[in-house]
Amino acid sequence: MEFRLYLLQRITALIMAPLVICHIAVMIYAIQGGLSAGEILGRTQGSVPWAMFYGTFVVAVSVHAALGLRIIVREWVGLDGIVLTGFSWATFWGLLSMGGYAVAAVVVGP
Amino acid sequence: MTTAQDHMQVTVWRGGADEAGFYQAFQVPKYDSQTVLDVVAWIQQNADPTLSYRFACRVGMCGSCGMMVNGVPRWTCRTHVDRVMDRGGLKIAPLRNLPVIKDLATNMDPFFDKWTQAGGLHHGTATRHDPFEPVTHSSPGRADADAGIECINCAVCYAACDTVTGDPDYLGPAALNRAWTLVNDAKDGSRDAILDAVTGSGGCQSCHSMGSCAQYCPNELNPMASIAGLKRTAMKRAFRGR
Repeated sequence: MEFRLYLLQRITALIMAPLVICHIAVMIYAIQGGLSAGEILGRTQGSVPWAMFYGTFVVAVSVHAALGLRIIVREWVGLDGIVLTGFSWATFWGLLSMGGYAVAAVVVGP
Repeated sequence: MTTAQDHMQVTVWRGGADEAGFYQAFQVPKYDSQTVLDVVAWIQQNADPTLSYRFACRVGMCGSCGMMVNGVPRWTCRTHVDRVMDRGGLKIAPLRNLPVIKDLATNMDPFFDKWTQAGGLHHGTATRHDPFEPVTHSSPGRADADAGIECINCAVCYAACDTVTGDPDYLGPAALNRAWTLVNDAKDGSRDAILDAVTGSGGCQSCHSMGSCAQYCPNELNPMASIAGLKRTAMKRAFRGR
């Protein structure tokens, strides 16, 4: 189980890396002509590809960060057992809900 | 013949398993080519015969004399005082991450228990009547095994490892290095059993690659590289469904 969690954290890192690069590249490219926030939202809202792009990123971040923090609090705070599992799940669902809310704002609209 | 030049200030950890310890100061004469183990022996023979410490071979082979010297784990029989002296003095303590028996002697049971837990036993496949297993020294697996096989079990890497400090279940660099040599040993018959052992709780995945093991290993081995090898091998095995 521990090794599978380790693998999952590495795999989510591999997923995040190209998405971050793509996000920054598109951001730099998109503002070259002075694009406003409203114009950007006009392109992203209702877009299934952008919803999948940022949705995938949010899921990967939620898994990756929850597993990373799990290791840190186990070694530094000494959490263990069901408390540690509860902390990990709370971190995962917290990040997923906040990230999901942000993605919904960008691709679904107000 | 070496002669005493002057003296140095040496503070030594004193105390047993069930009592609060303290540092005791000694003035020890300095000699040419003096090792830290020489200093400890001088104190025990000339200043305080109740000082407890462990040593055996005095030539860097047995791995008995590991101690913290000015905060760094060292094999004391091969560590020259001149190389490690800090502001004219030495501060000597028992190895970190291991329970203290008395003074500078630690209980190394947890260290060796983890060797067993990591599958660090030879899993034979042949009897004395079988022919010798041919071993090709140029094969990649044998090269990996040879790179880690000179471990003397001194526990310097174990004392240096911050992950061991943070996670008492972590098997530690030496046990995992040993497991890696066996995974690459053509004569060992339980590769999967070893990989099972090193991927459980406290296994190779707990290593954060901080590299203290490789930095302080007195034999200049690189347990961090061995652990990385275990991670790669176990990862490939996991993707194959094991």
